[in-house]
Amino acid sequence: MQITSILALPLKAVPLMPLVPIELVAGRLFKLLLLAHGDMFERLGTYKSCRFSFAPTDLPLVFLIEPGGPHLTVLRKGDTFTADAGVEAPLVTLLALLEGRCDADALFFSRDLKVIGDMEAMLAMRNALDDCDIDLPRDLARIGGPAAPVVHRLAVEIRSRSLREIR
Amino acid sequence: MELICPAGTPAAFREAVDAGADAVYCGFRDETNARNFPGLNFSRDELRDAIVYARKKGCMTFVALNTFMRAGNEEIWYSAAADAVRLGADALILADFGLMAHVREHYPEQRLHVSVQASASNPEAINFLVEAFDAKRVVLPRTLTIGDIARIGRKVKCEIEVFVFGGLCVMAEGRCSLSSYATGKSPNMNGVCSPASHVRYRQDGSDMVSELGTYTINRFSQGEAAGYPTLCKGRFDIGDARGYAFEDPVSLDVMGEIEALKDAGVSALKIEGRQRGKAYVAEVVSTLRQVLATAPSGRGPLLARLRALSEGQKTTVGAYEKRWR
Repeated sequence: MQITSILALPLKAVPLMPLVPIELVAGRLFKLLLLAHGDMFERLGTYKSCRFSFAPTDLPLVFLIEPGGPHLTVLRKGDTFTADAGVEAPLVTLLALLEGRCDADALFFSRDLKVIGDMEAMLAMRNALDDCDIDLPRDLARIGGPAAPVVHRLAVEIRSRSLREIR
Repeated sequence: MELICPAGTPAAFREAVDAGADAVYCGFRDETNARNFPGLNFSRDELRDAIVYARKKGCMTFVALNTFMRAGNEEIWYSAAADAVRLGADALILADFGLMAHVREHYPEQRLHVSVQASASNPEAINFLVEAFDAKRVVLPRTLTIGDIARIGRKVKCEIEVFVFGGLCVMAEGRCSLSSYATGKSPNMNGVCSPASHVRYRQDGSDMVSELGTYTINRFSQGEAAGYPTLCKGRFDIGDARGYAFEDPVSLDVMGEIEALKDAGVSALKIEGRQRGKAYVAEVVSTLRQVLATAPSGRGPLLARLRALSEGQKTTVGAYEKRWR
């Protein structure tokens, strides 16, 4: 499965970009989600101190999350890093999982998702995110200021097209 | 017939209720229930809120306390039962006879269901639990044919609930020691079958290898649909042959037999899957609710779309229509 067609064009630029602006945007979104969902990692329990890698198979990047910080780091694939558990899937699938719009077990059965490392930690993270009620268009719109309704509408459109393509 | 639906988190619980569940079953975040997975299940406060949510929408809440008490630590199960009763659970799903006796003695008004983990699979065993503990319902194991269920139904003095969709446990539940043999942990005592702590996935060339403890459970070639890393669905070398010793990676789907189950005296249809995500719960519950309202000839296409969500991307009627290999 490849990046959904609506996201393909802007994301083609990602491999050419320096990491700093990517990390800035990703970090801003991460903080936004933490602000909107304060209890996001509560279900992790003792696994809160673990490091989790999220690797989109269609981007040359790895997102490393440390819930204990909380902290997000963006790396290029091939960079050295350590993680206790990790998941690999196309970007839109990872975003759909973040929102709980796809079932991780079903994606595992269909081989659209790979998991590595400590499965207890990974399972805890999956369950924590699944219970979060994250809604990316709604959460993104919060930083849209006066353009919030436009940001929301656009994000909803991108999401619905993306979900149609992965289902 | 009632549709009994799973929930591992409050979000999944709300999805189940909104999708048309007659009852949702769930458990606390500890070893008192057979889905004691990391990050799963309900705190006391979450259960209270869930019960309130369900009640407002005319849905019942069943609380599973279906592991077996450890001698010397009974208080963990007793306090879970006390809290579930206090919070207003419509039924407790129990497996341990000692816990059934405790609940009956201390909460005589509390409705009690016999969990599949109790392994009550014949009229004598079931009627004993009805007479001894006033059990109102029994959840039958997935090892019986529809004919067996009908024969039991004619002789028991309580309601019958059967699994109709989801994970397929092919063993005598509550008595299966496969997980315990491989990992030292079992659904019966610890609430975990093939615990994640003992599961590893690794790539071997283009194959994905699943391991449980020191056992290789399966090797999936590229693109081959995968299953859970349980011994009962492992692919092994047996003599000169390589294959599935007990069962393939496959899920249960008996929704094509609803009429036969109704005729057999079944009053509740159970969906397995407290460990699954809220998207799965929403999709399965809403689809099965539609199936129940659809004539038999129109059910096939509805059920077909659930196959992609199933273990091994396949479904079977399992023992309900027993055909030995």
